[in-house]
Amino acid sequence: MNRRSDAEMAARVAQDIPDGAYVNLGIGKPTHVAAHLPMGREVLYQSENGLLGVGPPPEPGREDRELIDASKRMVTAVPGAAYFDQCDSFAMMRGGHIDIAVLGAYQVAETGDLANWATLEDRHPPAVGGAMDLVAGVPTILILMNHVGKDGSLRLLERCTYPLTGLGVVSRVYTDLAVLDIAPEGFRLVELTSGNSLAEVQALTGAKIHV
Amino acid sequence: MIDKTCADPVAAIQPIGDGASVMVGGFGTSGIPYGLLNALAEKGARDLTIISNNAGEGEAGIAALLKLGLVAKVICSYPRTPGSVWFERRYKAGEVALEVMPQGTLAERMRAAGSGLGGFFTPTGYGTKLAEGKETRVIGGRGYVFEPPLSADFALIRGETGDRWGNLSYHATARNFNPVMAMAARHSIAEVRQVSTEPLHPERVVTPGIFIASLCEYAVRP
Repeated sequence: MNRRSDAEMAARVAQDIPDGAYVNLGIGKPTHVAAHLPMGREVLYQSENGLLGVGPPPEPGREDRELIDASKRMVTAVPGAAYFDQCDSFAMMRGGHIDIAVLGAYQVAETGDLANWATLEDRHPPAVGGAMDLVAGVPTILILMNHVGKDGSLRLLERCTYPLTGLGVVSRVYTDLAVLDIAPEGFRLVELTSGNSLAEVQALTGAKIHV
Repeated sequence: MIDKTCADPVAAIQPIGDGASVMVGGFGTSGIPYGLLNALAEKGARDLTIISNNAGEGEAGIAALLKLGLVAKVICSYPRTPGSVWFERRYKAGEVALEVMPQGTLAERMRAAGSGLGGFFTPTGYGTKLAEGKETRVIGGRGYVFEPPLSADFALIRGETGDRWGNLSYHATARNFNPVMAMAARHSIAEVRQVSTEPLHPERVVTPGIFIASLCEYAVRP
């Protein structure tokens, strides 16, 4: 199988983010999307801890340990940025003011159900953070994930088996093998990573891919 | 005359005793009132309920309280930060209770408490495990979950600059939960990097002093 790398997946997502959008990037792989934004587009990235206008990491000597993103990494604030408290931050999310959120996932169902905060065999304390608030209010939820789990388990399914983050919330899924929309009939093929056949990708998908 | 300034963090946290519920500002390591938390750890008040976004990391702050066995319960949204070793250790040993809720719900429940509201309906978590057993309602065709207000005996706040009236300004993303906790708790204590002898300019005030019971200087930045 031909697989997109994390950087290639992030670059593919970035193509779909329009000029002028307000975007929340989840922790992990989605944070790479910002570095791949096509030239000429201005996008403001929101970080749930209270920053709209997240910029790149600071230059050496200009670090500010009180200026961090949701992943707790030091960042900068771009021109036009704003700081705000948690109530305003989550009003932006739940209130529908953020246009797009790019999130990771454990599982996505063909109905658009998302599971990305807890697994069944979780031995660690549960941790939800802002994930449920984002999917409750952001109209376009883009998922960036590996098509198949490290243990070979299928992750695109008819129904999620892990605890849900939200029901019917996902718009589009970008994986190393394909890009799929959530359509009324289920997963609908947008594109295959070049060199892969539909039959090969279907065999690694736990629900029908509609063409 | 109004003067809410205290000599130091030790004096500021004196009212906090055993069994108190304490909101603690901060997200990650930004905006955490380390001076007040150090003083609280030194005092050794026990059976505390800590309400914060995270459950401490490393050895300082909330982690120090957990390490010393002073915390009975943690209410938070995300206890699994890398380096949350003391929380994880106490949790796995069954020595600390945990209540987890979505981050926006945590913030809004505090705002409801601080604003005198009896709670609110949120779409967050509807249909998920975190809404099990809670009152729900369909409004305009959409499902919502009822969430009650969340108050506390005390809040520990980290500000940038404060004046004797208790007005506070903040630095960058150190603001996070601090303003809403300041209004939600019955007795809010602030540490600031600098206590200004001049009044803060009213345009710069983010937390009006009415929400602050006392404040002290703790100049150390994380």
